[in-house]
This record gives sequence, C-alpha cells and structure tokens, in this order.
Amino acid sequence: MNILAVLIPISLSLGAVGLLAFVWTLRHRQYEDPRGDAARILSDDYDEAPAPKRGTD
Amino acid sequence: MSAVEYPGAAACPACVATSVTITRAGKQAAHAAEVTVLALPGVHCAGCISTVERGLIARTGVAEARVNLSLKRVRIRHDASVSVEELTDHLSALGYEALPLDMVALSSTETDRIGRELLMRLGVAFFAMMNIMLLSVAVWSGASDATRDMFHLISAAIALPTVIFAGQPFFRSAWASLRNRRLGMDVPISLAIILASSISLYETFNGGDHAYFDAAVMLTFFLLGGRYLDHRTRAVARSAAQELSALEVPRAVRLTAAGEETVAAATLLVGDVVVIRPGGRVPVDGVVLSGESEIDRALLTGESLPVFAGPDARLSAGEVNLTGPLTVRVTAAGRDTSLARMADLVAVAESARNRYTTLADRAARAYSPLVHLLSFGAFGVWMWITGGDVRHAINISAAVLIITCPCALGLAVPAVVTAASGRLFRAGLLIKDGTALERLAEVDCVVFDKTGTLTLGTPEPRDLALQDAADLAVVMALAAGSSHPLAVALARGARAHGIVAETVTDLVEVPGYGVEGIWQGRRVRLGRAAWVGAAPGQDTAAWLQVEGRAPVAFVFDDALRPGAAALIAALNRQGMPIHLLSGDVPGAVRGLADRLGITDWQAEVLPADKAAFVQALVASGRRVLMVGDGLNDTAALAAATVSISPASALDAARVASDIVLTGRDIAPIAEALRVAKKATRRIRENFAISFGYNVIAVPLALVGLATPLMAAVAMSLSSITVTLNALRLK
Repeated sequence: MNILAVLIPISLSLGAVGLLAFVWTLRHRQYEDPRGDAARILSDDYDEAPAPKRGTD
Repeated sequence: MSAVEYPGAAACPACVATSVTITRAGKQAAHAAEVTVLALPGVHCAGCISTVERGLIARTGVAEARVNLSLKRVRIRHDASVSVEELTDHLSALGYEALPLDMVALSSTETDRIGRELLMRLGVAFFAMMNIMLLSVAVWSGASDATRDMFHLISAAIALPTVIFAGQPFFRSAWASLRNRRLGMDVPISLAIILASSISLYETFNGGDHAYFDAAVMLTFFLLGGRYLDHRTRAVARSAAQELSALEVPRAVRLTAAGEETVAAATLLVGDVVVIRPGGRVPVDGVVLSGESEIDRALLTGESLPVFAGPDARLSAGEVNLTGPLTVRVTAAGRDTSLARMADLVAVAESARNRYTTLADRAARAYSPLVHLLSFGAFGVWMWITGGDVRHAINISAAVLIITCPCALGLAVPAVVTAASGRLFRAGLLIKDGTALERLAEVDCVVFDKTGTLTLGTPEPRDLALQDAADLAVVMALAAGSSHPLAVALARGARAHGIVAETVTDLVEVPGYGVEGIWQGRRVRLGRAAWVGAAPGQDTAAWLQVEGRAPVAFVFDDALRPGAAALIAALNRQGMPIHLLSGDVPGAVRGLADRLGITDWQAEVLPADKAAFVQALVASGRRVLMVGDGLNDTAALAAATVSISPASALDAARVASDIVLTGRDIAPIAEALRVAKKATRRIRENFAISFGYNVIAVPLALVGLATPLMAAVAMSLSSITVTLNALRLK
C-alpha cells in the first residue's frame, strides 16, 4: 500500500501540469480563431503566433 | 479576477515572438501605432489567409496583419500614413472585399471575457472531475477503511475549491432568481452541488461509505459545458450582428465657410449644409438647396423606380442619391430623423415579443418545484421511517437531488441550438435570437416584401433581344456616360448580347433627366419619358430618342434575387400560404407575382398597413414568418412571429429581425424552416431522454438504494446521449 504515497502525488501533479497547460493556452488566446488555426497548418509561412498580446499593440 | 488578466509584457513569450516577426518583415514597430480591423466576408481557406497577410505586409507602412478566419476579420497594425481607404483598396486589388468596422461597436466582442472565464471554469472542473473519478473508481472497486477515508479526503481537497470556483455562475444566478422570488433551473442545481459537497465532507470526517464529490464536480462540469455552448452560440450571433451594424460607419460631407469637411453623421446639427454625392446614402432629413438628381427610396417605401429630386425637395435619411450631387440643408439629424424614429418604434414592438417562453423555460418551470418537492418529501418520509436519523435522511434527499439534477436538461437545449445554428450559419443564415429557432419551427404562413427581398432592387432590361441592334449600339454608348442604375443595367445587358457600342460624341449627363450626345451629326438622348417627349407608361423604362425619330422605350424588370424562384417553389410544395406585400406600383408587383407563382399579392401597401396585415394574421392565430428589408417593413418584421431580413437590408430592418441572411441567395430560408422543425423535435426528444433516465433512477434514490457509482453512471450516460442526439441534426 505504500506505493500509493508515490502514485497519488504523481497522478495529481501530472493532472496539474495538464491544467496549467490549459490555463496557459487560454491566457494566450489560442481559442480565438479555431478555424484559422486549422487552416494555417496548410500554409508554408512560419507562423509566429499564438496571436500577440493585444495590450501592447 | 486574476485568472483572466495577463502577465507583464516581459513575461509573455508571444510578445518576444512578435518582435521577431517585425524584424523579419523589416518594419519599424515604433511608428506602427494604428490598429484597424476590417471585415473580410470572402476569406475561407488557408490560401486566402496567406494571400491577405503577405499582401498586406508587403505594403509600406503596414507592420503586421493577422486574419481571424473564424470571425472573417483581419487585424492590421500600421502607421498613421496609411489610411483605412488605402487598405481596403489594397485588399480589393488582391481580390478580397474589405469593409471597415466600427471599433467602438466591436470592442465588446473583441475581448470575450465571459467566454474565456467560462472556459477556464470548464477546464478546472474537467481536471478535478478526472482526478476525483480516478480516486472514486478505487473506492467503488473495494477500497475500505483508512484507504477509503484518505481517498475521500483527497477528493474533498480537490472538489471543494473546484466547486467554489467553477460553480460560481450557478450560485450567482440562483441567488439572483431567489431574490426575485423565482425558482429557476439554477436553484436546484446549486442546491444539489452544495448539498452533495457538504454531506460528502461530513461523511468523510465520520468515516462514511458514500461520498458524492465526483457527482458534485461532474454536475458542475456538464452544466458548465451546456452554459459554454449557449454562450458561444449567442456570442457568435451577437458579434456578427454587431459587425453588420459596425459596417455602417456613417459619414457626411459638411459644407462650411472654410470649404468641405468630412465628419461623422452623428455630429451634424439642424441647419448645417451637407453635400451628398451620387451613390451616397442621405445621412439626415433635409431640404435640397441646389442640384438635381434622382433618389432611390426603395429601402424606405419599396418603390423600385427612382424619383426626381430638385431644389426644395424633401429628403429622408436612408434614401440613396443616384445621379447628381445635391446640397442639402439639415432639418433633422441623428436620433430625430424619420429613420431613427422608425427604429425606436421597432424597439417597442421588440420587447413585446421577448415574452415568448421557450421549451426550456416551460420545462424548467415544471421541473424545479417537482425536484424540490421530491427531495424534501424524501427527507421527511425517511425522518419518519428511521425515527429521526437526520444523517440518513439528508443522505437520501441529497441523492435524489443529484440524480434528478437537470444535467441532461442543461445540455439538451444548448447542444441542439449550437448544432442547428452552426448548420444554418454555413447555409448563410445568422440566428440573432436564441428563441428564433423554436418560433421558426411553428411558422405556418409566410409574408414577403418585394423590392430588395424577393428582388435585388437592381433593374434588368426586359426582352433586350427584341430591340433593334442599331438602337442598342447607340444606347450602349450613351449609357456609358452615366452611373444611373438603369444606364448601368442597359450597358451590361447590351454587352451580354454581343453589341459593340457606336461612337457618340459630346456626352453630357443631365442629372435627374438622362444622358445626351451627338451621333452621326444627330442629337441622341437616353433618359426619362418626359425629357425625350414620350408619354410615361406603367413600367420602369428608359427612353432612347434619336433626333427626328419617335422615342423607343427600354422596359426594365427588377432582377430576381438568386434562389427566390426555388424558395417560392419549395414553400408552395410544402403547402405554406404565401403573401406578397409591396409598396411598389401594381404593374411591377403583378409581374413578379406571376413570374414566381404567387397568387396572393397586394401593391401600394403603406408601412402601417403592412404591419396591420401581419398583426391581423398573428391575432387570428397564425404563426407568421415575415421576410423584408426596408424601413417600410420594419414594423411588420417586428409584429411577425419570426422575421428574416437580407444583409443588404437597412440597419433598422436587420435590428427588427431575428435572422439575417448573410449571402445574396434567399433559398436557405426553406432550409431554415426544415432545420428549425428538426431542432425543435430534437429538443423534445432530449427532454424525453432525460426524463426517462429519471424515471428509472429516482425510485432507486427514493428508497435509498442509490450509490455514488449509480449517480455517476446515470449522469454521464444521460449527458452523452443528449449530446449525441443533438449532433444527429442534419
């Protein structure tokens, strides 16, 4: 049963990493243009964005 | 809310990437201070994106361009030397129609804060749900004693903060409805979440068997999903509707002592003098001081024939000046114009229609009291059976609340509406109002306007092939000298018939009358009947007069809107009664009705009579769909059960209608009626499905046999079934 002491923290922290990644994508507005993102994969241009932060425009 | 704010500029990796772009493009970012957002209705693929972005970046003065394909917009950062007109010209040279958007009107959709907040809560609830489920599975499969208690404790540590954070939208709206002494759908939801969490916490600390943390969080997750879908649908519709109104950035040319200046129409005052150029829309009510022209009033009155305007003629806001420049003294501006007053009337009619109760409302109204009654009933009965065992009784009433909680109900309607409006959006229809689909499904008769709705409002010469080819060659040359819609249509028609223009010299356009010139030494005129000495007839016509010969008439029909014939045929096939109401002259209306096979038509109908006609139909119990575009239709649009207007319609008409046609084609209306009927059927089916699950699960909960595992299975199964059922919508 002691293995639980290792496994539970691991599972929780992996989940937390996923959650943080989600929060990061949300904060960088990666859900603003889903259709555009799907289309951009077909273009050869180097795509620099997640769309730049608007506040500094 | 710190969750939606942004970290400092230095910490943002995207900003670093941006500066790389700018150096790559070789631009100086320091001067690129202006941001312009343009609507690009034509972009639809990856090729479009790179054409537009590369094309714009290549232009001097443009620092950055980024297309948003979902919203069909491009955001351009440029320096002050580049004007918006230059950008739109540049894009039209690239082959994309671009329309400037009013930034103020757009600001609320640019930053969709509520949407992102909901998404954040959804993500957190999902994380918590998955982790708690992991622990719960261990408990269900037999963990006992200390292990079970520890798993419950860890679950609690995850669930409680999650519920407090992610459940806020429900708690807030439940509190709001309680304060208004109503029992909304959110009251049983909040009660279930809170009760489930607190009873589970109590059980955890007392070493109980059952903890409902997974159910509480799962409930939050599924309901947030429904809430988010609902929000998306409405946000998309709202942003598109705002875009339509942001398209009209009304400007006027004011004449002052210092010369002409371009100002926003909103700043004009009574007594100002404005110049209205040919092709421009009249921004104010006013009186013509000088100049002669023809005025297109189709949007206001439905007349397809332009009328003459000279000094002292009265103009109304919304009319379009066709041929000559006019100088106009303002008699009413802004909110006092007849146009704005009409729009205000519509707003009043609108609020009357907002009383429509949706299927979901009706379901919630019946559902909420029942759920509370069941839960409290169970509590009372078990208190009596067990002789006062509060813990057991509360456990059972919490289980009842959790199982009956309208998880599927909260998803049922948004999932169907999202699927249906997405489908209709692709077909070219924009649903502005959430309840429009349900109202559309009930429609049993259709009222059409003519000019601009079934027709495009642009003239089309009739039987050009029967005209003398030599005459046509002269007409073509003369027509080239004018931008009047009839002249443009004649020139286009002649070209389509392979006519080569004659040489006509000394072309002069006489605003308000026509064009004249010299052909083979003779004076030739193309214009109004009276000007060439002919008697005006019933139909819209332009007359050709060659000096010394009798005038020849060229008769016009209003060009049919694409899909109009197919739509009327489809409606006739369905046996839907069709009425045609037009403000135009009887000849033109009869011609169109015959062409389309509409038997019930009325001509020269006044705006008030249109509204009265529709109101009478509604009062007699019919569900009326009104399709119209002009100011003369707005009252009727607002009076109808549900209304549709084309994107070319006047602002006031679009505001008054529930659905806007985004393309030129009108045929999608038939599709809309079909999809609406299907969507309503799906909503009813979804209600039946969630009711079915309750019929099985509630008795088990009432007798105290429900376990957290059962609650979880019932909840996820019913949510998934209703979502799949919604996606079945074709």
